[in-house]
Amino acid sequence: MATTIHGHGPAETVPPAETADVELYHPHSWITRYVFSQDAKVIAIQYSLTAMAIGFVALFLSWLMRLQLAFPGALEFIDADAYYQYITMHGMIMVVYLLTALFLGGFGNYLIPLMLGARDMAFPYANMLSYWIYLLAVLVLVASFFTSDGPTGAGWTLYPPQAILPNTPGQDLGIVLMLVSLALFIIGFTMGGLNYVVTVLQGRARGMTLMRMPLTIWGIFTATVMALLAFPALFVGAVMMLFDRLLGTSFFMPAIVQMGEQLSYGGGSPILFQHLFWFFGHPEVYIVALPAFGIVSDLIATHARKNIFGYRMMVWAIVIIGALSFIVWAHHMYVSGMNPYFGFFFATTTLIIAVPTAIKVYNWVLTLWRGDIHFTPPMLFAIGFIVTFLNGGLTGMFLGNVVVDVPLSDTMFVVAHFHMVMGVAPILVIFGAIYHWYPKITGRMFNDLLAKLHFWVTFLGAYLIFFPMHYLGLLGIPRRYYEMGETAFVPASTVTLNEFITITALVVGAAQFLFLFNMFWSLRHGRPAGGNPWRATTLEWQTPQTPPAHGNWGRELPVVYRWAYDYSVPGAAEDFIPQNQPPSPTERREAAT
Amino acid sequence: MLIAAVLVLIVLGSLLFHFLSPWWWTPIASNWGYIDTTLIVTFWITGAVFTAVVLFVAYCLLRFRHQPGRRAAYEPENRRLELVLTVGTAVGVAAMLAPGLVVWAQFVQVPEDAAEVEVVGQQWQWSYRLPGEDGRLGRADTRLITPENPLGISPHDPSGQDDVIVEAADLHLPVDRPVKVVLRSVDVLHDFYVPEFRAKMDMIPGAVTYFWFTPTRTGTFEILCAELCGVGHAFMRGYVVVDTEQDYQAWLGQQTSFASLTGGAARADAAP
Ligand code: HEM
Ligand SMILES: [Cu+2]
Ligand SMILES: [Cu+2]
Repeated sequence: MATTIHGHGPAETVPPAETADVELYHPHSWITRYVFSQDAKVIAIQYSLTAMAIGFVALFLSWLMRLQLAFPGALEFIDADAYYQYITMHGMIMVVYLLTALFLGGFGNYLIPLMLGARDMAFPYANMLSYWIYLLAVLVLVASFFTSDGPTGAGWTLYPPQAILPNTPGQDLGIVLMLVSLALFIIGFTMGGLNYVVTVLQGRARGMTLMRMPLTIWGIFTATVMALLAFPALFVGAVMMLFDRLLGTSFFMPAIVQMGEQLSYGGGSPILFQHLFWFFGHPEVYIVALPAFGIVSDLIATHARKNIFGYRMMVWAIVIIGALSFIVWAHHMYVSGMNPYFGFFFATTTLIIAVPTAIKVYNWVLTLWRGDIHFTPPMLFAIGFIVTFLNGGLTGMFLGNVVVDVPLSDTMFVVAHFHMVMGVAPILVIFGAIYHWYPKITGRMFNDLLAKLHFWVTFLGAYLIFFPMHYLGLLGIPRRYYEMGETAFVPASTVTLNEFITITALVVGAAQFLFLFNMFWSLRHGRPAGGNPWRATTLEWQTPQTPPAHGNWGRELPVVYRWAYDYSVPGAAEDFIPQNQPPSPTERREAAT
Repeated sequence: MLIAAVLVLIVLGSLLFHFLSPWWWTPIASNWGYIDTTLIVTFWITGAVFTAVVLFVAYCLLRFRHQPGRRAAYEPENRRLELVLTVGTAVGVAAMLAPGLVVWAQFVQVPEDAAEVEVVGQQWQWSYRLPGEDGRLGRADTRLITPENPLGISPHDPSGQDDVIVEAADLHLPVDRPVKVVLRSVDVLHDFYVPEFRAKMDMIPGAVTYFWFTPTRTGTFEILCAELCGVGHAFMRGYVVVDTEQDYQAWLGQQTSFASLTGGAARADAAP
């Protein structure tokens, strides 16, 4: 009798685990159900709505910046101070408060218990606290817009000494609020993150071996482990910088003469902060990318009706990328003045990461090969992701290869590169994912036509914004320039290009309101979706109710018999077999032989 | 269908833009043509990969789009194919990394005969110091900065006395002679960047950083600051003038030394 459960072979039926008395923990009032909820699904929605709300602020700031770059001085209220404040808040919000929060707090919370066949997160109370602390962090950040000198304008990298000295906007309160907000974010994230890790390790349904988990979960799980290891470096940096700013310590502050005046600092190291920042900052790139990798794999498999190609390779690639990304951080510092001999090491590790990353791209593409491709909005966004991620990954080959980085570092080439690879690409996955799971979350379908329109404008627009921008950097236009002014080597034609980019950016931004409208309109008017509109295999589509009720599974937990990618299995009646479907008699016979 | 066509257009459009658009690097004025070469090699390799993968995706989308009765193939793994792709990628990556590291080895090894030039950044202007006749820069420290001694040169270091100070003026360099640019900042981070020289490096208060290059043609080149240094960052500009040897010597003759700047008073203090 075969009792081993491994790989994607069929397994013996196992009896369901004993069901706890779930009634006890159900919420009993409106407040505990929708506000101070401990249900991971509600927390997920709270996280997502908050992240998207603050994300729209960041989007609005990008409009203002683009207007300044194309029409310098046209908007009077955008002076240099304001421009640097917009840059800083835009960058920090996008990376931390939108992408990290949405992928881990949003998708992590919604999908981990459901995809693994758990009732909820391991520690629902800590999970609830995680959201409220995140909300507090967002509010503290927003508060800095309303202080007398406004938010900090130190750049999202917050490099000292400049971040805490005069001549940088927000030097008084803005930077303090930024650092406090980051510290709060990290505390809140840690509570959520520990939950995700423990739930993945301990909360899986019977039969859900690690190597049967959907790649979405592998991505979110690995990203969470990385975040738990990387964020402490930022935390330490933020606390020390707060001390430098408020208590007059000199962790990052050497002797300084500013505007002819000797300051009382001395002995500290600005570059130490850069190491701490990027020890966090580089893994952060993958904290955003890995969940996107995972999710897009599942979108492609489902909508191409085909198993993901090379599942085991995909899992190992995620894990290896996660591990390697802790030893590449100084590729952000090739021209920072650190010992230049580090360049050999960090260029080598950085380019090595390209190999597992490329494998992922190949496997997505090979999943399309001989598939049965349905051009649904999630599939379109996944294709958009492949193109933009490929493009951004390839320009990473320039910036990672230390000598090639020297002329390009700190130019618009870098801005174009990271927007493509960690701005546009993950955002496209987020949209694809929202369209994909919207029917499960709300029980209704969105409007297909609006979603496709949203895709075309966003994808083509984003490509048109960021592709030409590389060439401005190659020409030598630095990033973080309030205005270029008259510069001999910059031809007048760049003005036209900048105007084109700005107008496209305005259109792309406006298209996001199509998305918002679609989401709200379909809540009421969308047609009922049913439990499994995409005919998908993973567990979240097999819940007894849609949207799933508190506790997810009714009386009995699901039992898992197979991997997540049994699409178009030869001989099967349907072109998908849910993970919780017991093996058919034929499958059993095959397993026995 | 539509999406397959659009992907083909994206590839074609990107290639056309690359070859036809007027935006490209500035004509080089230093020895770092190797950097340009490595960059071009990288463009070719990455461009080929981008074109091949996107076109392949476009083909798949067209060929394997859903049609009534179509069913996807079932192929969980293909060891051979995965191995071939992995090895192929590793070779491509090595083809970019290897020349990159060779050039980097040149970048970090300053030639013996390079002349030192110091660049000092402060919000938001550039100052320079040349070593004078003894060929050595005197020690300097931010704490020693006063209105009379704007670069904080140690009055106790004899080799600093003949250092030439250039404040709020253009830097001149002789053509075809390697220079080691030694970088300091007195307040926040800055970055000395001349697009035509290709090289750049951050300047850090409390530390001394460097890079080297050889100017290869005469002319005037604009210096930009490439590290955010506060609200004046975009306006922190300066000029490097690359001269013939005669012009350079003529310019050098007009500059003031540290000793004459401080009226010799510094030398008196210099006694032990
Ligand atoms: C259509 C969408 C977007 C537009 C038009 C846009 C535009 C801009 C602009 C104009 C800058 C300043 C460039 C400079 O002068 O240096 C910038 C910076 C930045 N953006 Fe975006 N952005 C968009 C979306 C995103 C997204 C989705 C992310 C998420 C990763 C992101 C992350 C950043 C970061 C990290 C910076 C750097 C901030 C700094 O230099 O401190 N942006 N963006
Ligand atoms: Cu990085
Ligand atoms: Cu600057």
